[in-house]
Order: sequence, then C-alpha cells, then structure tokens
Amino acid sequence: MDGFAKYLVRRLFQCFLVIFLGVSLAFLITTLSPIDPVEQTMSLMTSFGATDPRSVDLMREALAELYGLKGNFIEQYLSFWGRVLRGDFGPSLSAFPTPVMSLIMGALPWTIGLLMMALVISWTLGNLLGALAGYFRSNTLLKISGAAIMALNPVPAYIIGLVLLLMLGYIWPILPISGGAQMNLQPGFTFDYLRSLVLHGTLPALTLVLGGIGGWFLSMRSLVSNIVTDDHVVYAELGGVNSGKIFSQYVARNALLPQLTGLALSLGSVFGGAVITEFLFNYPGVGRLLIQGIYRGDYSLVLGVTTISIIAVAVAVFIIDLIYPLIDPRVRLG
Amino acid sequence: MFKILRDLLRYNIEFTIGFILTLAIFLFALAHFWAPMPDSAIYLLPPDMPPSAEYWFGTTSRGQDVLWQMSSAIWNTMLFGLTVTILSRLLAVAVGMISGYLGGRWDQVLMTINDTMIALPNIPILLLVYFVMRDSMSWPVLAATAALLGWNYDARLIRSVTLSLRNREFTRHAVFAGMSMRQILVRQHLPYVMPVIFFTAMNNLIWAIGLEVTLSVLGFSDINRPTIGGMIYWANQHQAIIAGIWWWIAFPIAAIVLLFLGLFLLAISVNEYIDPRSRLSRMGA
Repeated sequence: MDGFAKYLVRRLFQCFLVIFLGVSLAFLITTLSPIDPVEQTMSLMTSFGATDPRSVDLMREALAELYGLKGNFIEQYLSFWGRVLRGDFGPSLSAFPTPVMSLIMGALPWTIGLLMMALVISWTLGNLLGALAGYFRSNTLLKISGAAIMALNPVPAYIIGLVLLLMLGYIWPILPISGGAQMNLQPGFTFDYLRSLVLHGTLPALTLVLGGIGGWFLSMRSLVSNIVTDDHVVYAELGGVNSGKIFSQYVARNALLPQLTGLALSLGSVFGGAVITEFLFNYPGVGRLLIQGIYRGDYSLVLGVTTISIIAVAVAVFIIDLIYPLIDPRVRLG
Repeated sequence: MFKILRDLLRYNIEFTIGFILTLAIFLFALAHFWAPMPDSAIYLLPPDMPPSAEYWFGTTSRGQDVLWQMSSAIWNTMLFGLTVTILSRLLAVAVGMISGYLGGRWDQVLMTINDTMIALPNIPILLLVYFVMRDSMSWPVLAATAALLGWNYDARLIRSVTLSLRNREFTRHAVFAGMSMRQILVRQHLPYVMPVIFFTAMNNLIWAIGLEVTLSVLGFSDINRPTIGGMIYWANQHQAIIAGIWWWIAFPIAAIVLLFLGLFLLAISVNEYIDPRSRLSRMGA
C-alpha cells in the first residue's frame, strides 16, 4: 500500500499544480493583455445608442467591480482565486442576469457525456484495431483499415465534422445536425427523449471518434509490433501457449500501459477538439458556450469557461491516474 | 542528404506519395506570387460563378477567384505552421536538452512544469488569448502563442534522448576536455537529437496547421488575410452550402485534406527511416 500512497500523493500534487498554474495563466492572460475588458464591454454596450456620461462612469465602476479589476495586481490575483474557489464568476453579460456558473453547470454534463462516449469508443476501438494490426501484420483487411484510419488521423476535428455534416446532414439527411436533443421533448428517462439524445449525439461523437482513433491505432500498433519480438512473447510462442492468450495477456496488456498514460496526456487536446465540434453541431456543451461568449464579448463567461475547463481537465486526468494502478501492479506494490 | 532522398523516393512508396503531394501543394501555393489580382481585393470579379474555363475553381460570393484565393491561403497557412514549428522546436530543444543533460533536481523541476503544460487544454487558452487581444491579434502573435503551447510533448522526447547520451563515454571526454555545457549540448549532443527534432517537427507542423484552420474557421484570427480556415469562415458567413456554392467550400477542404495527407505520409515515412526497427519489419524480419 505504501507504493500506492506515494503514487497517489504525487499524482494529486501534479493535479493541484496543473490547476494552480492553469488558473494563474488564465488570470495573467486577462490582466496583462493590452486591452481593458471594462472599456471593451463599455464600447459594446454604448454602441447601441447615446448614453448619459454620468451613467457611463457608474457603469465603468460597476464593471470593474464585477470583473474583479479593483486594486493592485496582487489584490486582483487573490480576489480572482477567491472567486474561483467560490465558483462565482459573476453574472453573464450575454444572458444577464444568469450567473456564469449556472450556465457552465448546465452545459458541463453535455460535454462530459459527449467526451466520455467519444473517448471510450475511440480509445477502445483504436487500441483493439492497433493491437490486432500489430500482431497479425500480414492481414490484408487490417492493413486496409489501418491505411484509412491513418489518413483520417491528421485532419482537424472541424474538417471531419464539416464533411460529416455535409454528407449525413445535407446530401443524405439521416441524422440531426444541430442541438443536443429534440427541442419539443421533455427531458427525462423516456424512450423518445433518450432516442433523440442518442441521435443528436451521433454526429458530434462520430467526429471526435474519427478524429481520435488514428492516434491510438498508430501508437498501439507500433507498441505491439515491438512487444511481439520480446523474449517473453517468443518464449510463450515456442512453449505452445495459444495465440489468443499470447495476444491478450502477453502482448496487449503490456502495451496498454503507455496507452493509458497517453489517454491522460491527451485529454487536454481532446477537449479542444470537443470545443470545436460542439460549436459546429450547435451541441449545448461548454465548448459552444465558450465560443458564443467570445462572439458576444462576454468577459465573465469566457474567463469562467476557460478556468472551469482547465480544472475539469486536470481532475479528469487525475481520475485516469487512479485507474492506472489497477492495471499496472508495479505501481500498486511500489 | 540527396542520396537519402533518392533512396526514400525509390523504395518507400509512402514517402514518394507524400513527397509528391507536398511538393505539388507547395508549388501551387508558390504560384500566388504571380497571381493576376491582389488576394485581399474583393468584388473584383462577378460573384458566385461556378467552375468554368475562365475561373477554374469558380468565384466566391465576395467576387474572388477561388483558385488564387486558395493559392495565397495555402501559402499563409503553411507560413503560420512553419513559424509555430520553428519557434516551438527552439523551446523544446532548449528545455529538453538542458533538462536531460543536467538531470537531478533541475530535471525534476523542468519536467514537472512540462507535464503541467501538457495537461492544460490548449484551445480554451488560445481562445482566451484571442478574446482579450481581439483586433490586435495578428498572425505572428497567434503563432507565438501556439508555439508556447506546443513544445512540451516533444521536449519530453528530446529529454529522454539526451538523458541516455549523458552517461556515454564521449560526453565524459568532452567534460574532461573542458568543453562548456553549451558546447557539449550543441556540438556533441545535438547531432544525436536531430532526427527526433526532425520527426517531431513534422508532427508539430501538422498540429499547427490544424490549429490555424480551426481558429480561423471560427473567425478567431485576422480574417482579411486569406487562409484555408479563413476561406471556410467566409463561405460559412455567406451560407455557401445553403446557397449551393459548393466550390467555395469543397476546394479548400480538398486542398487541406491533401496537404495533411502529404505531410502525414512524409512524417510516418521519415519516422520509419529514423527508427530502424520498423525498417527491419518492412524487410520481413
């Protein structure tokens, strides 16, 4: 248990460090930028018509207060941390007076659901196919599917999504292309609602799966093709262990370890892909919220979503780190 | 160098395809220097013309020639990608080699920072930077930001190479011969790290171009400078799909997919060249 505890403390420290640096970075970007968010919002608000100069001054005061831009640098930094810890990013300007936090909390389950589905499918499928392709190197079918997956790999999520949207949304319209569920349905555990949930999630999830599967496939294939020539595998083959057991227990299990680390490391970029995909398919997650916030000039919303997504990704990485010792006994036993 | 290139072209079909694709796209992009009209001019030509003998890829709703727009766009996108790649390689090499060579506490500190940066989601941070910069966001600023976010994975790779070089005989000789750390790193270790730098550069280039496409598709860059993403952004703004102006969107997408395919094939075949194990397995060992 000692090794496990040590491992856990180290990972927890890393998690806190990521959150600390990430949140500080978000603060630094917003404070050190040459553009004053208060003035920016003011110009956005006053562009609608003439405003009384006195009320402009009052509004400027109120905005500085709202954005936590009062006092010197250190005070602002501390008050920013206070707001992060309380989960209070103030009201959203574009959806006034709804607090930013409740907008994020409403959107977060969508993103988590979409990302989990896409990650589980692409990771499992990519690793399985990659392991098979690395083990049975001469199989033609695996070679062809490998080439197809590899060709998709470098294409950014947005392009894959756009092509899917055009093909399955316009040319052959079989799937809904916008939203998270059918508008007129009451959310709940009814068959209709769940069905529309799945249908609406299919294209965004497919985009993420197609974009993510190649990386897993490639690295798993090269891992497996290296392990196949290892002594313990050669010995097992000579000893007559059946090939199914060699594949699953001797090869794939060993190759999965770095892949799990890879999963934790890739979460940040996978989240980035989800942001774009959500926007493209108008999926009601935090990614769409973020991009809408940028288009509408909603300072609190953008800062809030960025901060929360940094924290959420760090926590998700930590959760994956918790799974790691279950697969690798060396960590468990220290 | 030329011999390697010749052998790769002769024996490695992936490299050949990738090389030809990338070269063709590069030449196409180069052609924009001889474009008959400036790439920023709008409403110069009749809008919404389908592909024809006069306008090979048609014209946009903004009265631009899709062919020449694409030529400039690919050039700008590639320029962005290369800038990010070179900047982030400098960072990755510096951090990776210093961390690997010094080892011990320095290594721990640098790698902790490195791992922390890996775990940060890039896109939200880039979007935040864009949001606070707004109109003063030019492509060099975006490139610098992307480079600051895109070096850490490769720094780890470079570190592991340097780490193994540190305990080799020749390093000790160099130390005893009185070479400074900088001299050892640049003269003795860099040649060994070069293949890794080259391979990661290819991947980084692909990543950077993807990032550029993503951000400019959303309009989060200088939208008046033609880029591949920017073209799709304007096409979306004019609802080209609904209006049936498919050539405005289909050609840029085809171009970017071909460019990615070319670069990707180059990257994996170069990796195979660098990693002799996969070369052996190709020979059937």
